[in-house]
Amino acid sequence: MFGMFGRKRSKDQLKERLKLVLSYDRAGLTPGKMEELKAELMAVIGKYFPAKDTDYDVRLEQQGDRMVFVANLPMSAEGR
Amino acid sequence: MNAKAIVVTSGKGGVGKTTTTANVGAALAKLGEKVAVIDTDVGLRNLDVVMGLEGRVVYDLIDVFEGRCKLKQALIRDKRVENLYLVAASQTKDKSALSESRMQDTVKELLGEEGFDRVLIDSPAGIESGFQTAASAADGALVVVNPEVSSVRDADRIIGLLEARGVHEVKLIINRLRPAMVKRGDMLEVDDVLEILGIKLIGIVPEDEKILVSTNIGNPASLEDSSKLGAGTAFRTIARRIRGEDVPYPVLEASGGGLFGALRRLLGGN
Repeated sequence: MFGMFGRKRSKDQLKERLKLVLSYDRAGLTPGKMEELKAELMAVIGKYFPAKDTDYDVRLEQQGDRMVFVANLPMSAEGR
Repeated sequence: MNAKAIVVTSGKGGVGKTTTTANVGAALAKLGEKVAVIDTDVGLRNLDVVMGLEGRVVYDLIDVFEGRCKLKQALIRDKRVENLYLVAASQTKDKSALSESRMQDTVKELLGEEGFDRVLIDSPAGIESGFQTAASAADGALVVVNPEVSSVRDADRIIGLLEARGVHEVKLIINRLRPAMVKRGDMLEVDDVLEILGIKLIGIVPEDEKILVSTNIGNPASLEDSSKLGAGTAFRTIARRIRGEDVPYPVLEASGGGLFGALRRLLGGN
């Protein structure tokens, strides 16, 4: 992960950035739309299981040949 | 590759489509195939100058499409290699003169009556009509990519479009790789690009000043340059792999580094 001078190798950053941007490209989604989707999902789920924004993990993920939408929504006991 | 009509494409401009077409085309012809290379970059033709055939252009692809000449008359014979022919793009028309059905007819005629073994179609940059026309006549593709952000992103887009068109055999050429930068961790290595794009590799071409020199004089490096790790040899190797030969990948960086390991892994060993 780190080169001889301790700095992060630029190609590792590029690889991460490319993976992320390509997941949106392949899904035909923009990162902004993804945020909207996340907000709407939270509004609905939050009615039943209130949780903080940071508890939700919503993203696109490459699984083999296909792109999948992953939403990790903890059913928090908080607020019950 | 089983494909007889192969489009050379990339999405992004300036990554080496035309250089690849000229060099791989020349190398295939040198190996005994009867090869036609077609420039479909209408309005911005360059394959003729890269191959040093600019002085021989009389008729072009659009003349064929619009019936001003027979296909045979637009076939420009290469001056060095037997069995190598160029069909130039028009420099005066625009892309609206292109037609997918005429392109398909032209390639069919080359592989049929004209007796060609292989047709390489040099696609223009972009994803619009020029690319679409070039891809419409192809049953295989060479996607040229440089190991940098915009080229990889555009290549991913092109791969999607080729799949959507039903172009079956899609192979990747990583062009202008700089082993020293890979070793420092400042350039994507071969495995990174393959992991991101998810298609099969057919060649790794190192950055090589000799390519500029050879295009300056209009003489494809794959015909001249015999240095073992040079771009000319890399292009010749790609031609051999297209013909089904199993050629091992050379080690571009002699010591340490990620590329070394990557190439070793590609060799299927240690």
